[in-house]
Amino acid sequence: MKRKLEISELIFKIISYLFLTMFSIMCLYPFVYAISAAISGRHAVEYAQVVLFPKQIQFEAFKRMFTNNMFWNSYSNTLFITLYGTLFAVGYSILGAYALSKKRLLFRKAFNFFLVFTMWFSAGIVPQYLNYLSTKKVFNGIGITDDKWLVIIAMGMAAMNVILLRNAFENVPSEIEEAAIVDGATEFQVLSKVYIPMSKSTIATVALFFAISRWNGYFWARQMITNQNEHPLMVFIRLKLEEYTDAEAMAGWNETYASDSVVYALIVCSIVPILIIYPFIQKYFAKGVNVGGVKE
Amino acid sequence: MKVKAADYLIYDEEKKLYKEDPEQIVRDDVEKHYWKHVGLTIVKDWRLYVMLVPMLLVFLFWRYFPMYELLGCFKVSDEILPVSEQLFSGFSYFKRLLVSGDALSTEFWRALRNTFILSFYGLCFGFPFPIVLALFFNEVRSNAARSIYQVLTYLPKFMSTVVMTSLVAMLVKQGSVTTGYGVLSQLLAKIGIISEETAYAGLLNNPAYFRTIYELSGIWETAGYGSIVYFAAIIAVSPTSYEAAQIDGAGKMAQMKYVVLPSILSTIVIMLITRIGSLLSIGYEKVLLLYNANTYVTADVVSTFAQRYGLQGSAKGIASAAEMMNNVIGMLLVIGSNTIARKASNVSLY
Repeated sequence: MKRKLEISELIFKIISYLFLTMFSIMCLYPFVYAISAAISGRHAVEYAQVVLFPKQIQFEAFKRMFTNNMFWNSYSNTLFITLYGTLFAVGYSILGAYALSKKRLLFRKAFNFFLVFTMWFSAGIVPQYLNYLSTKKVFNGIGITDDKWLVIIAMGMAAMNVILLRNAFENVPSEIEEAAIVDGATEFQVLSKVYIPMSKSTIATVALFFAISRWNGYFWARQMITNQNEHPLMVFIRLKLEEYTDAEAMAGWNETYASDSVVYALIVCSIVPILIIYPFIQKYFAKGVNVGGVKE
Repeated sequence: MKVKAADYLIYDEEKKLYKEDPEQIVRDDVEKHYWKHVGLTIVKDWRLYVMLVPMLLVFLFWRYFPMYELLGCFKVSDEILPVSEQLFSGFSYFKRLLVSGDALSTEFWRALRNTFILSFYGLCFGFPFPIVLALFFNEVRSNAARSIYQVLTYLPKFMSTVVMTSLVAMLVKQGSVTTGYGVLSQLLAKIGIISEETAYAGLLNNPAYFRTIYELSGIWETAGYGSIVYFAAIIAVSPTSYEAAQIDGAGKMAQMKYVVLPSILSTIVIMLITRIGSLLSIGYEKVLLLYNANTYVTADVVSTFAQRYGLQGSAKGIASAAEMMNNVIGMLLVIGSNTIARKASNVSLY
């Protein structure tokens, strides 16, 4: 009996390790491959001889990207959108979530429903498009011609994030707030000196969610930003992919490196910042899932 | 509300007599001048309401105003006139899509079916995978090793859809006279899963492989991240439960069945219900980036149908009618599944 037990446990353990190792490798492989393919020679890439390690190493593809002004332009646009978009979204989400977390707020249920309903029902692509078009007209009318502000202000709101913040604020003990009010704190001071410091980790999680979705945003940015100098990085990558996989456009390609390498180089450039900060933010990401959604 | 006379009177212990309850008079006054009191409360707490305003405005402008544009599904499409001045056309777009039987209607039904099938496959294959992963994570006793596995498997979740689809497109890209086909296609062709010809033609150009690619890349992207919630439930199980089971002679499988599974069952049920609730909300961005004219047969979902006719073409009314039907059914599914969740487990998602 005892022996049999050990064997079944051992087998399960071995299967676990094998499976996890394989899946981890699968998760990592595409990125390693992208790096290798970006710095491999033309023949190796075009005939798909690069499997894991780079062959006929060259750095021309990276050089081509780095000397391309449009690349740096789109990179700075993405940084701009991520920075201001996250600040704006986190700002109004904190203020709104704080108000919603107060039991004394009148029509609290109605405001909550107003928020949650947007998670249940969305008008769809076409009405949203028409709405953004008219927003754009209004923005242009008041002198904002840079479409990046349209992306920052009008897109990327998430009711889920507000609810995460609201739940965190509700968990702050009300005695602390009362103590602060007795000491003469105003509403805004209560928020900034008590609530925000006490829910730092949830705020970090939410900010991270907003930042990731801003960094990765593609569809609406492509639809609404007409001036290609204002394109963010993701739109730039996609346009390059479409251009470089078009057989006709690539017929005259006569460089020492493959056109694919340029796309791989772009992909590598776009994920490097995320990879650098990833180890530091990963725990917040895990936390966000656990506090999210389910509320008894 | 009916007020009894007794409500107005309270007994004063000291003077040994009944007197009027001042609080009830206030309550009465609130009832009589309800809106006046609402106004007073708002004025008193005005800072709270000012804080709420920016968020409400953002959601109003860019989440609720588009719903007003939905009127377009009942109006004759007109590019120049605003939606309020367009001519009323009744349910003609809905009829056209649902019952007319012409090419457009066939395409709509195909898109609706594809939407459902893609989600359903996701439910069948994508849903159990994170659970299995969480069970395996639990087997890894060394914290350092588990952290490495977790960091690696969460990683794809951080990648944008554009990067992910670009990688997929490059890994299975078609061959040409001067270039070979993608690395992944080569591997699959070598093993014998696909033939040389299909690999050469490019897997993304082949409608037979679209769903597989979509689901597998979805698992690759979300499985690690999705396992977090199950893993949290598993590590919440007290070690004494395992010990007790071992003393009772339970082997690994019996422990799984009687200790681990019951402890994560409620999480599984909730996640399952959520998943069923979002059965009709397929992320259009990924489909849009992966599909092409060759694969419309299996890849076209309602959102991409709407995108193609409404944004690229100019059939705005028809496109929004199509998506509205999809979203209304989706909303009913969400509300229904949430109600079931609340009844079944006292846990509500919202």
